[in-house]
Formats: sequence, structure tokens, C-alpha cells
Amino acid sequence: MSMPFYVSPEQVMKDKADFARKGIARGRSVVVIQYGSGILFVAENPSRALHKISEIYDRIGFAAVGKYNEFENLRVAGVRLADLRGYAYDRTDVTGRSLANAYAQTLGTIFTETAKPYEVEIVVAELGVDEATDQIYRLTFDGSVADEHGYVAMGGSAEAIEGALSEVWKSGQSEFESLTQAVHVLSHHALDEVRTLSGRDLEVAVLDRNRSRRTFRRLETAEIDRVLAG
Amino acid sequence: MIPSSSGGVDLNIALSAPRHASFSDFLLRVSGSMGVDVPLNSHTPMVDVLHGTTIVGLQCAGGMVMAGDRRATMGNFIAQRDIEKVFAADSHSVVGIAGTAGLAVELVRLFQVELEHYEKIEGVSLSLDGKANRLATMLRGNLGMAMQGLAVVPLFGGYDLAKEKGRLFSYDVTGGRYEEHDFYAVGSGSTFARGSLKKLFARGASETDAVQAALESLYDAADDDSATGGPDLNRRIFPVVAVASADGVRILDESEVEDQVRRLVERRHVRPDGPFAPNDGGATS
Repeated sequence: MSMPFYVSPEQVMKDKADFARKGIARGRSVVVIQYGSGILFVAENPSRALHKISEIYDRIGFAAVGKYNEFENLRVAGVRLADLRGYAYDRTDVTGRSLANAYAQTLGTIFTETAKPYEVEIVVAELGVDEATDQIYRLTFDGSVADEHGYVAMGGSAEAIEGALSEVWKSGQSEFESLTQAVHVLSHHALDEVRTLSGRDLEVAVLDRNRSRRTFRRLETAEIDRVLAG
Repeated sequence: MIPSSSGGVDLNIALSAPRHASFSDFLLRVSGSMGVDVPLNSHTPMVDVLHGTTIVGLQCAGGMVMAGDRRATMGNFIAQRDIEKVFAADSHSVVGIAGTAGLAVELVRLFQVELEHYEKIEGVSLSLDGKANRLATMLRGNLGMAMQGLAVVPLFGGYDLAKEKGRLFSYDVTGGRYEEHDFYAVGSGSTFARGSLKKLFARGASETDAVQAALESLYDAADDDSATGGPDLNRRIFPVVAVASADGVRILDESEVEDQVRRLVERRHVRPDGPFAPNDGGATS
């Protein structure tokens, strides 16, 4: 009878993490940027049907990179949880913080207890009453949560993109400036070459402070092209 | 009511539930009941509960109009003077409710979440027929209560983006769904409101004229039905009026309705029974 090889827990975790990281880095990037009157989500995503960005609740948006079926599962679960909470209590009782906690618990459990971790990274963003009270949570495949300010980039060459954003992003900028910024960094820093990105290559949405109740709004291709044309 | 623990349902349950875009099905799964779950039998004594009264709806050029009075009664009491019984169900549809107020308001709340939930999960809205059918199914769940006298009677309508017109649906307590053409009314004053609309409704009328007709018919309902509230000029309580068109649902501003209602009341000072319908059939024979 053969004995299974001993593998140290450190090695198991490291292997899982490397596996997940590799999967996430393969895809295209998503950026989330705060601006004066809202939060902007921009994904490089030519599909009109398979979304990387979506609405969870009145003031909560979701963005993800990695394996579609996995983050889609998480998104649906998030919508269910938010709708259930809002129905059981009140719409104002649905918060980004509690949702980020739930995601962290679930991702953490999946990472430690299953053979294959989720190859996803997600952002849960909640619109506050002003820029200072906006909340952006970044959740990684192992359930770690980070509270982010200003901007976040995930997937692909996330580091290079965040580096580029750190030089241009400023507090209180307009939606227009943010979108131009996001498209600029995606077209210049996502790959080694410089590309031209148009509305057809992008999925764009905002949580807009000027809207009442459901603040989430998608920008249509023509609308994105209009902004990019200046 | 759903158990208090349901707000604490964790993400794993939400994650493992089968993929389905219905919120109420998910609710049933996590809480074991949907809405009120009281065992009832024929010996259950009737209790005094709030009743909502009259809702009218009619098609107009480019959409439809729905309006409701503001009264809720409990037996012979006026329980509330300013209850709202007409709601936007989602961006392009409206729902008005008559009957047991507590159940009806809860039904509307669940229906609103249901539509929004579907839209978020699937990325597109349900068709207007889909929404109407969904409401029928939810209503059927209340049949047991309706048999005990706690009936909910909604009126549903909206702008059908595919057919490019306003449409209207009525229901019975068994969940029967009936498409209404032109106009309809539900609730205790509906008989009078419908009689009034018969004379006032005109196909292809403008939105403004349709709102006018709706307000006239509600006035007539309040005139003859004690459970329907007329416009309360002293307290400035006026009917809730919703308009659904290609641009979406618009609940009319109170000042906008007040303006129309005050002029209507002026006209009724002159002719208390309202607009005169000429008996032209008799004139030609």
C-alpha cells in the first residue's frame, strides 16, 4: 500500500495562491475610479452580454476579473443577499461593508477548504453622500479585503495601471476626466504596446450621486465615444 | 412575514441556491414562506383590517394613466386619509391596489423587489406580459387569505416597450389575469368610476385628457361610495396619479394634481354631477 506524499500546508497554500494569481493575471483589466459626484467602473470587455461590471443595489456596484462563471456566481449571490436584506429590513440597511464581509468569508472558505480556489478578484463599491464617505473594497481570491481610496485596478497588468493612475488621479475630478483617464491608462499600460480603445471595446458604468434611489447607470457605446472624442 | 433570521442568511446559501431569477422563489427557499403564513380555517373570526378603496386605469395616446384615491377604511372608520395605493412597480410599469391594505402593500413591495431582482440578475427587464403573469402567480399565493375575506385586488399597467403602447391588466383573487382594453377600475368605488369612465374615456386621448378623466371618475366614485375619499382641499390631500409612457413612469407632482383637482371642483360647483354626456343616439332616431 502506497503512502500519500506529505505536502506542507505552506506549500499547499502557496500553490493555490499562485494558481489563482495566474488565472487572474491572464484576463484584461478593470479599473474603478472615484470622482467628485460618483464612482466610475471601466472594463476592457468587448462583450455586450457577459458583464464584468454590474449593479448590486441602490448605491452598490460590483466589478470583477478572472473566471466568468465564478465571479458571476458571486455576483448573483450578492444581488440575492442585498435584495433579501433590503426586503427584510429596509433599503437603507443594505451596506457595502456587510456585503464585502460576506464575500470575504465565502472566498476565504473556498480558498482553504476546496482543492481549487476561485480565480477571481472583485471590487464592491458603495456610494456615500460625498467623496469622503464613498467606500471601495477590493477582495482577492483568498478572502483578503482591502479598503481602497481613489482608484483600483484589477487583472492583467494591474500594477502598471495603478502606477499610472497614481500620477494623474486627483480628488474631486469630473466623470469626464475620470473616463478619459481610465481609457488612457488602459490603452497605454495594459499591454506592452499602445492601443486605441473605443466604446465598442469597453464596458463602462457609474454610481452617480446625482441620481435618486438606483444610482447605477451603464454608459452606452455612443455615449462613451462622445466622451472620448472630447 | 419572513423570519427575523432571514436578514442574516449567509452568502453560501445565496451561492448554492439554483440559478433562478425569481426573488420570491429564493425567499421561499431561505425562509420557508413567502409573505404572510397564517393557518386559516373557516372558523377564523374576521378581524378589522384596513381596506384600500378605488383605483382607476386607462389607456391614452403614448401610454397609460393610473390614479387612486387616498382613503383606507376599517369598517365604518376612515382609518387613513392619505394612504398611497398607486406605485411605480419598476421603470415602465405601475401597480395600484385595492382590498386588504396590509397584504396589498406587502404584495407590491415584494413585486417591486421581484422585478428589480430579475432585471439585475438577467441584465434585462421582464416583458410587460411577463410582469403581469408574475403578479398573477404571486396573487394566487394569497388565495387562502382571500377566501377568508382578506382579498387583495391589484390593477397593473405600463408601457409595453415591445408593442409600443400602454396596456392594462386586471386580476381576480384566484390569480386570473385579464387584459383590459381602454379602461378599468377596481375597489369599492369601481362601479361608479367605471360608469363615469364609460362616458369620459376617449380612445387616443392625450395624457392630460386621460389624467382629467381619471380624476373625474375618482370624484364620481367618492360621490357615491362612502369608502372612497374625495379630494381633501382643506388638508391638501389629492389622488396619486401615475403616467407610464416610453420615457418611463412618472408620478405626478402633488402641485400638478392639485391644480387639476381645484379646477375640477370649481366645475362641480356649477354642475355637481360632472361633465354632461349628450344623448346623441336618441337625437338621431
